Amino acid sequence: MNAVVKGLTDLRDWIDERFPLSEFYHSQLTGYYAPKNFNFWYFFGVLSLLVFVIQILTGIWLVMNYKPDAAMAFGSVEYIMRDVEWGWLIRYMHSTGASAFFIVVYLHMFRGMLYGSYKKPRELLWLLGVVVYLALMGEAFMGYLLPWGQMSFWGAQVITSLFGAVPVIGPDLAEWIRGDYVISDITLNRFFSFHVIALPLLLCGLVGLHLVALRQTGSNNPDGIEIKKNKGPDGKPLDGIPFHPYYTVKDLVGVGVFLILFFAVVFFGPEMGGYFLEHNNFIPANPLVTPEHIAPVWYFTPYYSILRAVPPMFGSQFPGVIAMGLAVVLFFFLPWLDRSVVKSIRYRGVWYKSALAVFVVSFLILGFLGTQPVTDLYTLLARIFSVTYFLFFLAMPWYTSIDKTKPVPERVTH
Amino acid sequence: MSEHGVDADFEVDESRRRFLTGSMVVVGGVGVAMGAVPFMSSFQPSARARAVGAPVEVDISKVEPGQRIIETWRGKPVWVVRRTPEMLAALNETADLTDPDSEASKQPEYAANQVRSIKPEYLVLVGVCTHLGCSPTFVPKTAGAEAGLGNEWRGGFFCPCHGSRFDLAGRVAKGSPAPLNLEVPPYKYLSDTMILIGEDQGAAA
Repeated sequence: MNAVVKGLTDLRDWIDERFPLSEFYHSQLTGYYAPKNFNFWYFFGVLSLLVFVIQILTGIWLVMNYKPDAAMAFGSVEYIMRDVEWGWLIRYMHSTGASAFFIVVYLHMFRGMLYGSYKKPRELLWLLGVVVYLALMGEAFMGYLLPWGQMSFWGAQVITSLFGAVPVIGPDLAEWIRGDYVISDITLNRFFSFHVIALPLLLCGLVGLHLVALRQTGSNNPDGIEIKKNKGPDGKPLDGIPFHPYYTVKDLVGVGVFLILFFAVVFFGPEMGGYFLEHNNFIPANPLVTPEHIAPVWYFTPYYSILRAVPPMFGSQFPGVIAMGLAVVLFFFLPWLDRSVVKSIRYRGVWYKSALAVFVVSFLILGFLGTQPVTDLYTLLARIFSVTYFLFFLAMPWYTSIDKTKPVPERVTH
Repeated sequence: MSEHGVDADFEVDESRRRFLTGSMVVVGGVGVAMGAVPFMSSFQPSARARAVGAPVEVDISKVEPGQRIIETWRGKPVWVVRRTPEMLAALNETADLTDPDSEASKQPEYAANQVRSIKPEYLVLVGVCTHLGCSPTFVPKTAGAEAGLGNEWRGGFFCPCHGSRFDLAGRVAKGSPAPLNLEVPPYKYLSDTMILIGEDQGAAA
């Protein structure tokens, strides 16, 4: 036994002389102190990483049988579903994973807004996170074309046409993106290339940078107090605990619960009533007929509602496209729009709490409206909630500076 | 010579170093920019994609009055609608149209008239919504109420994506998200029953 232990120790020492293995283990896990008061909301970072791994793994396996060819793509997905051993499981994990990714990422972002995690000194961490979100939207959009169903085709047609609304260069730009006059085999091939190579590589890099930035500033916490300000005589934060084993074990519980829910969907409701896999996408793409009712997948519907809510101006729908883009881009400016002296919602006043509530309600209602056909009432509602959505951001410098905040304690509470 | 093997008198020529660094950045930058050209240009439609844009012949003799057929040109749907006298009469109502005279919209000169076609009976349109590129649905007058477009519906096209409405000359109704009328492709009559989509009518017409 001792010989085995000695052998392993020798091996570790051999590696450490050539590669900073033990140093990394200590600095990133056992010696990295995280606030001791993390709560439920702090599961969604690690869960995002977990879903990313699931998507990469299942994606590698899907590519083994998928054919990126307009004539064969739809059939090859059905082949995976019916004939490939366990193909249905791998495909449903990937399609459910896409929706799960956005669920955990939206909750992760909401956590940041609850506890002011984007505020100084974590502005760059937040910015990198928003870039990850943008890359993820591109990845999801391009992936959605690959099954080559009706919704794949017409969804891509609508989104690439958005670029066609740009004044002057628009039509050429849309053609340049599609590589053809309409969405075609050429578009399918390049989206496949982006979806399986370019964007996953980019996402890996960005997630890495996001984590590097996190390690530099350390995590925020539900009290919004910097634990590095209160260090014990040993130089370790009094309100911190080592990431490993404390949070690795806590996260494992979250991972377990998440996987139970995730596979419940994969096994019992992978279509999620048409929200995760739209019914019209079980019909092969037909460039000549648009389905009666088209809507993007649920995670894009809030922005889609904003796009539809803005009427054309000066003979162009460009203002709607700008509004939709702005709705996403405004997240970048949160660290500077928020003038509050406190971070956490626990010590904020009634103004920010109300504003955040209005924002969440607006986001959810816009999301619902985006799945519905256009009616006069729904258009009116979409306009009202688009305005409240933008007011949350644009009025933020004002209401956060007049907001009556509570005193923040010296040490974390719970 | 110092103990590190570096000459103590050695002086760094800063301006020379700045020049070398600067010129390397400029030359390298130009090289990267030029190297990016083939990669960026490769995104444009290929020769094969452009070749598919050739004109198509359509036999219109079998289209019934009031019927619409769908053809493909450059991968896009092109509609031919045979309009009845009643349908043509409905085109006189222009009060609720955004661009009733098709001034801002796209059509060949010979279709820049009230009925937006060479022969009033046959309407030829690119079936792609000017809003975001969906293909609108053909909804005749009688099907209007059923499609939820109300009893006022005069017959025309309804885009399911964002609710744009067009009349039977492809002219967009006010309040629609689409800014312009549906596009009329270039086309010409080869005979009374045959049209060629994608090629302009000669000057003689």
